[in-house]
Amino acid sequence: MFAYILRRLLYAIPILIGVNLLTFALFFVVNTPDDMARLQLGVKHVTPEAIERWKAEHGYDKPLLLNAEATGSAQFTDTIFFQHSAAMFVFKFGKSDDGRDIGNEIRTRMGPSLAIALPVFVIGLLANITFALLMVFFRATYLDLWGVVLCVVLMSISGLFYIIAGQYFIAKLWNLLPISGFAGGIDGLRFILLPVLVSVAAGIGSGARWYRTIFLEEIGKDYVRTARAKGLSEIRVLFHHVLKNGMIPILTGAVVVLPLLFMGSLITESFFGIPGLGSYTIDAIQAQDFAVVRAMVFLGSFLYIVGLILTDISYSWADPRVRLQ
Amino acid sequence: MSFMPVILWTDALIFALLAGVLALAWFIRRHDHLRAPWEAVAQRPMAMGAALVLGVFVVIGLLDSLHYRQRLPDSPADKPQYSVEVMSAFDALVGGLRTRQEKTYSAPLAMQLYAMEFVERDGVAVRDYPRLQYGGAHLQHAGDRASDIARRSLAGAAQGALAGLLLFAGLAAWQARRLRLPVGTWLARWRQGGLNWPGRTLVGMLALLLMLGGAMAQLASGYHVLGTDKVGQDVLYISLKSIRTGLVIGTLTTLVTLPLAIGLGIAAGYFRGWVDDAIQYLYTVLNSIPGVLLIAAAVLIVQVYIESNPELFDTAAARADIRLLALCLIMGMTSWTGLARLLRGESLKLRTLDYVEAARAFGVSNARIISRHIFPNVFHLVLIAVVLDFSGLVLAEAVLSYVGVGVDPSMYSWGNMINGARLELAREPAVWWQLGAAFAFMFALVLAANLFADGVRDAFDPRLGGRR
Amino acid sequence: MKPLLRVAGLVTEIGHDADTLRVVDGVSFHVVAGETYALLGESGCGKSMTALSLMRLLPDGGRIVAGAVQLDGQDVLALPERDMRRVRGGGMAMIFQEPMLALNPVVKVGHQIVEALALHQGLSGQAAREAARGLLDSVGVPDALRRLDSYPFELSGGLRQRAMIAMALAGQPRLLIADEPTTALDVTIQAQVLDVLRSLRSEKRMGMLLITHDLGVVAENADRVGVMYAGELLEEGTRDAFFASPQHPYSRMLFAALPHAIPHGLQPMAVRSPAENSGDGARLTTIPGQVPKLDGRMRGCRFAPRCPFAIARCRDESPDWQAIGEQRVRCHLAGALPQRSAPVATPPPHSTQAAQALLQVDGLKVYFPIRRGFIQRTVGHVRAVDDVTLSIQPGRTLALVGESGCGKTTVGKALLRLIEPTAGSVVLAGETVAARNAATLRRQAQMVFQDPFSSLNPRMRVADILLEGMDALGVGAADQRRAAVALLLRQVGLPDDAGGRYPHAFSGGQRQRIAIARALAVSPRLVICDEPTSALDVSVQAQILNLLKDLQDSLGLAYLFITHNLAVVDYLAHEVAVMYLGRIVEQGPAAQVLRAPRHPYAQALVSAVPRIESPAGQRAIRLAGDQPSPLNPPSGCHFHPRCPHASGICRQIYPDQTALGSGHWARCHWVAAQGQAFTEWSVN
Repeated sequence: MFAYILRRLLYAIPILIGVNLLTFALFFVVNTPDDMARLQLGVKHVTPEAIERWKAEHGYDKPLLLNAEATGSAQFTDTIFFQHSAAMFVFKFGKSDDGRDIGNEIRTRMGPSLAIALPVFVIGLLANITFALLMVFFRATYLDLWGVVLCVVLMSISGLFYIIAGQYFIAKLWNLLPISGFAGGIDGLRFILLPVLVSVAAGIGSGARWYRTIFLEEIGKDYVRTARAKGLSEIRVLFHHVLKNGMIPILTGAVVVLPLLFMGSLITESFFGIPGLGSYTIDAIQAQDFAVVRAMVFLGSFLYIVGLILTDISYSWADPRVRLQ
Repeated sequence: MSFMPVILWTDALIFALLAGVLALAWFIRRHDHLRAPWEAVAQRPMAMGAALVLGVFVVIGLLDSLHYRQRLPDSPADKPQYSVEVMSAFDALVGGLRTRQEKTYSAPLAMQLYAMEFVERDGVAVRDYPRLQYGGAHLQHAGDRASDIARRSLAGAAQGALAGLLLFAGLAAWQARRLRLPVGTWLARWRQGGLNWPGRTLVGMLALLLMLGGAMAQLASGYHVLGTDKVGQDVLYISLKSIRTGLVIGTLTTLVTLPLAIGLGIAAGYFRGWVDDAIQYLYTVLNSIPGVLLIAAAVLIVQVYIESNPELFDTAAARADIRLLALCLIMGMTSWTGLARLLRGESLKLRTLDYVEAARAFGVSNARIISRHIFPNVFHLVLIAVVLDFSGLVLAEAVLSYVGVGVDPSMYSWGNMINGARLELAREPAVWWQLGAAFAFMFALVLAANLFADGVRDAFDPRLGGRR
Repeated sequence: MKPLLRVAGLVTEIGHDADTLRVVDGVSFHVVAGETYALLGESGCGKSMTALSLMRLLPDGGRIVAGAVQLDGQDVLALPERDMRRVRGGGMAMIFQEPMLALNPVVKVGHQIVEALALHQGLSGQAAREAARGLLDSVGVPDALRRLDSYPFELSGGLRQRAMIAMALAGQPRLLIADEPTTALDVTIQAQVLDVLRSLRSEKRMGMLLITHDLGVVAENADRVGVMYAGELLEEGTRDAFFASPQHPYSRMLFAALPHAIPHGLQPMAVRSPAENSGDGARLTTIPGQVPKLDGRMRGCRFAPRCPFAIARCRDESPDWQAIGEQRVRCHLAGALPQRSAPVATPPPHSTQAAQALLQVDGLKVYFPIRRGFIQRTVGHVRAVDDVTLSIQPGRTLALVGESGCGKTTVGKALLRLIEPTAGSVVLAGETVAARNAATLRRQAQMVFQDPFSSLNPRMRVADILLEGMDALGVGAADQRRAAVALLLRQVGLPDDAGGRYPHAFSGGQRQRIAIARALAVSPRLVICDEPTSALDVSVQAQILNLLKDLQDSLGLAYLFITHNLAVVDYLAHEVAVMYLGRIVEQGPAAQVLRAPRHPYAQALVSAVPRIESPAGQRAIRLAGDQPSPLNPPSGCHFHPRCPHASGICRQIYPDQTALGSGHWARCHWVAAQGQAFTEWSVN
């Protein structure tokens, strides 16, 4: 088990290198620092001097990979690649284009992101499973049929609609909850409620429908018939036998996103004014702040890989047939 | 010539895709085992009703993909000059919708502008809601509006119903002839649902669509049915124009996805070993990067490219089009991994099957085994993935436009509509029609696509069997 | 005697509207406490659906339309669902065919048993655990206490089925329904499980409804027999009467289609076509046609379309029950069927020894590496095939016999280089086979696979399937291949238009014919048949076996016939090699190995096969335990942990071949010692 995790962690390194090289290529080779400067400065102010100044300010005035002017190890270290891409491996994200420390920003913004994303994850999972189990319990009846139709309708609605409609009706028209904002502590609950509600509602259609298929696939298996032949009640068959098997793909599918919860949700945070990593990312994209985008790409990949490892571990925990080698 | 045809990149691809789909359909028709699941789809009322709605969207989208530039009226005959504005066959068809522009916002079916202005009335400047230039301009009194709207809706619906009835009569006559039945017998069968296709649903659905279309057409000739936007453009027109954008994103993206997903997925599963390792590495790397960020980065690159090479694009439409195409490409590059993983797993299973072993026992080459044994047996998965992905992509467009990395801001799209109007909800009274129209159109398309996809999946996925 | 279970006029349907299938149609029978009633029939005849109807556990869309089911006088069909749950498991319990699928994979075995104990006996905690252990003990699970905490996947197939039985017993049922309880198990394990069921029945005086397709299992286990066909019960009677003289033409043909040594007083009837009658007396009787679809309303006797005795009345009027002694039968011709003809002795396979072997395999080894640890180092090997030597003469059949997991299929695939062998030499028609001359090899040797449903690509037309090999190996001129396809189809007895159709249009037997035609397309001299009939019903199996035999006679093919079914071996093979855990333990002429096996494993294997002939006097040899894993085989002779004759030397030294005359040999110290004693004795 330990050897397995260690091997998986080592396997993660080439993937992170790949991610790093890809982002490096995207942000510095295809899209040169000159282009960035031009974009940042705007068409009006572009002069060669302005570009150079901007590059110097942001540390982009170095050679990409190899610094021929420097000597010794500085040949490699005093380059854009080393200072802006390779540094991320030790989580040194550097400064954003507006001069703030990205690492610091990430640390302070993780909390609010998690405050929204975690409840959405937990409540969403519970709601989806409950809804799916209900449909499975009433399978082959009209309740199930209309449940599925409802799911399809819900998943056909744009996620933006849930947010906008939620804000308009619940917050603006009926004044039940604040439209947006965030606060720490118990006071923050009223700010969290609406985004969580909206996100869960937005996800329930596709989630419940997917879980329903998983449960239905399980319920057609032979061991369910055996359980019934024992004389077990339908409820017990469903909760004890079907749920236990169905939870394996559900849980392991959910675990992979667990670390990504830190990243928050782009749209939700942005609409509800949550000072989390999601809105940070969106702001960076809109302000074309490449340093932040690069940092978030690396962070996201890292968390995704952690999620993959957690998935494997959770598999061996949920399914006795799986032994990690 | 009074116009010059313009073939944008996406136009060319869309019609290539159309040709491909038609060729595939022809191929499927000639093969029993390929046709069988489609016949099962054709028997599902829900799927066929959805297909009809999808068909309407597709027709509008295709009409909107026939682009041209009008010749300037005062240009010399020997050296014609053309307008910089790129129009489409659809624009020509709806004519007035495009040109009847108001000053700014107006509510659906309104006669007056949304905002008060100083208007000259009996020589005195009064602050009031001014009458619209086109919307309800034919009416003398505001009081006539309700009855006029009702009259027009009814007339339109009746025209639609009549058209539907005529079509139905034609259908009945044709079908009865084809099946060599008396028309009465055919009608009775149709009424009892005794045909081998969902006749009642389709005819009913068609009649409904025609009536809706008729009423819309009647109303649209005198009003702005869905109101106008900030610059006074008809929201109905914008919504209809956005259909093409949604369709392009939903279809062309998968066109990019498919070769990658099929090629790499099957190769990984079939060859295993280092090929598998390399492909898995590739898709783990791509998968691990948050999709929106990758798209954002790539879109920014395209933007820089467009801005630094303005001479390549002669019209605004061409610029917007290349960005749309780039978006499809990028989304395709980021979204092939899911299908590839699925196909890899399936190929892993298939390669151990006895018929593949039998082919290997004959020394059949790998390329031939893949093309004759593996690919035909995973094709249903590809198809299911394509129809299931379509709706997700349409929805994603809106989100990306909101983030600012979607289609060009000058392009008609539901995402841009929502993005441009979401802050107007805060106004008093709220400007809701633009958002409402975008969401409603998007919902109609996505719901139809989802219902159709459901039918396709049920018919093609052997695991689901007869279960719904 | 008051019956325990009484079923009257049971009708079960599945599906709706136009798709309705009447899978059980008017079935009536009864089971008395302490007796075993066997429902016999081929796949799709409705026997499992009958059992599920009794339990009211029909799949979605299934319903009982008419009839009555009484358990101890209680009307089971009238019970509300809540009370029915007490009957399930409590009144009647059921065990299923595939124990791996029928047990919940993620719940411990003990827990699954305790669940039933809690429900029906109100036990909980330690008491329940004790009771569960007792149940496992009673079905012969060794080390029961530890097994309680095992997951189903940690048990072998035989133990799983025992656990399943223990679970069924937890509710102390009065009736046990066993639905093909041993079909998924190996022959030696099947014998163990059937023993358990037999002793339990007599011990607890349970009634047992045994559902099976295997006449041998019926003969050894049942007291009374009912034969089902197309949803109906056709014949019923006591076992002895039924086996002495089956009355329905269908029953008789089932017997005749079986490829075992023809039992005393039971011979195939004159139902063969003239062509079949003319020469080869050893051909099996086949039942022409197919089981009718159960959708439409059927007129007349359901078997009439396939019945060689059918008269006009059979097609119009459904026959009623007629009593004949201890039997009753639904046939208009009951008792009036022609007497069966005199026994036709099976001529012994002609033993023309060809000079040169077509296939000579020496020291074939196939090892699969096991990788472990941090850098995936190879820490050992699974010795799937360990030093196998065999040879086949042209035009002859060598049967490779063994239980699942013994490596017999791997041998077949390694010969064709579908799996790269680790070591050993293969000489085919005088040419050593290596990777470079694989194409020559593939023209000489081809393979027929077990499952006709997975061995044909569903997306290819039959003609394309047959052409594939010819195209790949460049057999014949391209323009003549189409003609070759037509010839092949005729050769395997398929209609001429079959080439244009897709595999799904064919039944299992027809698909297997296509698979055989595909192998023949490149005119090989050796065909490796990997369990070609084990997925087929008895009557269809007979057709395929006949076909294989005909093809051998007309084309001079040699077969390597890989199978676990000894009856088939007896019918087809000239020589037999018995494999155990990757090694051949005994080899020789078929008659000798099957009639007088010498290796203790071969003896056990032969005696474990359920037989129709009453095994009077012959004491069955029952093996203990399971085949060990090839990952970690026992030292010395692999068989010693299960061997009744094992001695010290067996644990240490892998025995040499002991020649037993006329090419018959075994690898066994015990046999060697006996032989020595014999020689010494004869010399003295």
